[in-house]
Amino acid sequence: MWNWIQKFSSPKYFYDMSAKLIPWFAIPALVIGVYGLYLGLFVAPPDYQQGESYRIIFIHVPAAWMSLFVYMVMAISAGIGLIWQIRLADVVAAASAPIGASFTFLALVTGSLWGKPMWGTYWVWDARLTSELILLFLYFGYMALQSSIEDQRQADKASGLLAIVGVVNIPIIHYSVEWWNTLHQGATVAKFDKPSMHIDMLIPLLLMALAFKLFYAAVVLVRARNEALYRDRNRRWVRELIEKI
Amino acid sequence: MLKAFYYLLLRDMRLALRSRHELANPLIFFVLVVTLFPLAVMPTPERLQEMAPGVIWVASLLSVLLSLDRLFKQDYEDGSLDQLMLSPNPLVILVLAKVAAHWLLTGLPLVIIAPLLGVFMALPAESLQVLIWSLLLGTPVLSLIGAIGVSLTVAVNRGGVLLSLIVLPLYIPVLIFGANAIDVASDGMSVRGQLYFLGAVLVLALSLAPLATSVALRITASR
Repeated sequence: MWNWIQKFSSPKYFYDMSAKLIPWFAIPALVIGVYGLYLGLFVAPPDYQQGESYRIIFIHVPAAWMSLFVYMVMAISAGIGLIWQIRLADVVAAASAPIGASFTFLALVTGSLWGKPMWGTYWVWDARLTSELILLFLYFGYMALQSSIEDQRQADKASGLLAIVGVVNIPIIHYSVEWWNTLHQGATVAKFDKPSMHIDMLIPLLLMALAFKLFYAAVVLVRARNEALYRDRNRRWVRELIEKI
Repeated sequence: MLKAFYYLLLRDMRLALRSRHELANPLIFFVLVVTLFPLAVMPTPERLQEMAPGVIWVASLLSVLLSLDRLFKQDYEDGSLDQLMLSPNPLVILVLAKVAAHWLLTGLPLVIIAPLLGVFMALPAESLQVLIWSLLLGTPVLSLIGAIGVSLTVAVNRGGVLLSLIVLPLYIPVLIFGANAIDVASDGMSVRGQLYFLGAVLVLALSLAPLATSVALRITASR
């Protein structure tokens, strides 16, 4: 078992293996994503209250889900790197951060675009929007620490610890923002009571969520491949790889 | 172990008391920042009172942030941090001693001077007490969480901005409940919930943050 992990987590093996894996994620992501978008934008019925503008949730909700999911992946792999000293785990964590930050940003932008027709303004200090914004700051902190320490091992360890501290904090931040919101301004935001979702809306939403997950898997592999190559730029296997070309 | 805690606490206090101006600076900064707000808006009592909890809390957040450097920077530069890590005493205890010294030297003065600022900001007398309580429970959390951030960034050149980037998002729950407690108190309602929450966060930070800090210090020291 241990040997197997050692073998799989060697950068060279990962480099060869991931090249084969990427299409298996990328192509389904594309197909499911296009089909999900088609169902969401053309087939699903308009909402009885929000009309057509609710359709942005087919991007917004999966992006928001992914923003948390990627942070979890990042923290778990950083933890694996910290505890078992598996370098590949650090590579995955470092490769995940910008992707997660992009998903968070996407969720924020689509959220405020949706807010304009619904709330009459691009930004309200709604609990979810606020905690999403703070999550973006957590990503930025991780990336800033990662890039400002020169020694790669140190940078991985330090930012990995920060990611774990962040995971402990995320629920606290989330709930305190939620309570703050209800304490402060409960009534000023016209909140729609969510009607349970119609099945024709739910299916495209779940399809889009699946497509986003697959997309993330493909992109993180591409980024981790690059990162592994860059980090091992002075090693023999990379040199041999270059000489072959 | 207790002895180590005590002596380290004493050492840090002594060192800090020898350079008093360094101690006073964050405090002056705190007062100065709060003073800026009445100048920036029309200082009618109602408006000031409305802003007061947020302004005072944000100012104390920034003031603690500025003073965090003192926790480990000097010890890192003159090598005594390495000596501390070589000592047979558990690092967690030593970290706790350093954080305690830091709080006594920066957090506690903030708590003491805060009522004065409450008067500046036209807070009613009843909420001054809540102001003190919320700062008393909240500022130790700021020192504890800040210690994690400093220990990660102490070896980075010009780590100041980086430190605030890392630490400030983690301060948000304390800010929310600290400021909200004062706000609610001004309306004459019960603030138990807010203070209990701050207490809970303090206990959590007290038990976890020293652990994280000592791991971070070991990472920093291994370079």
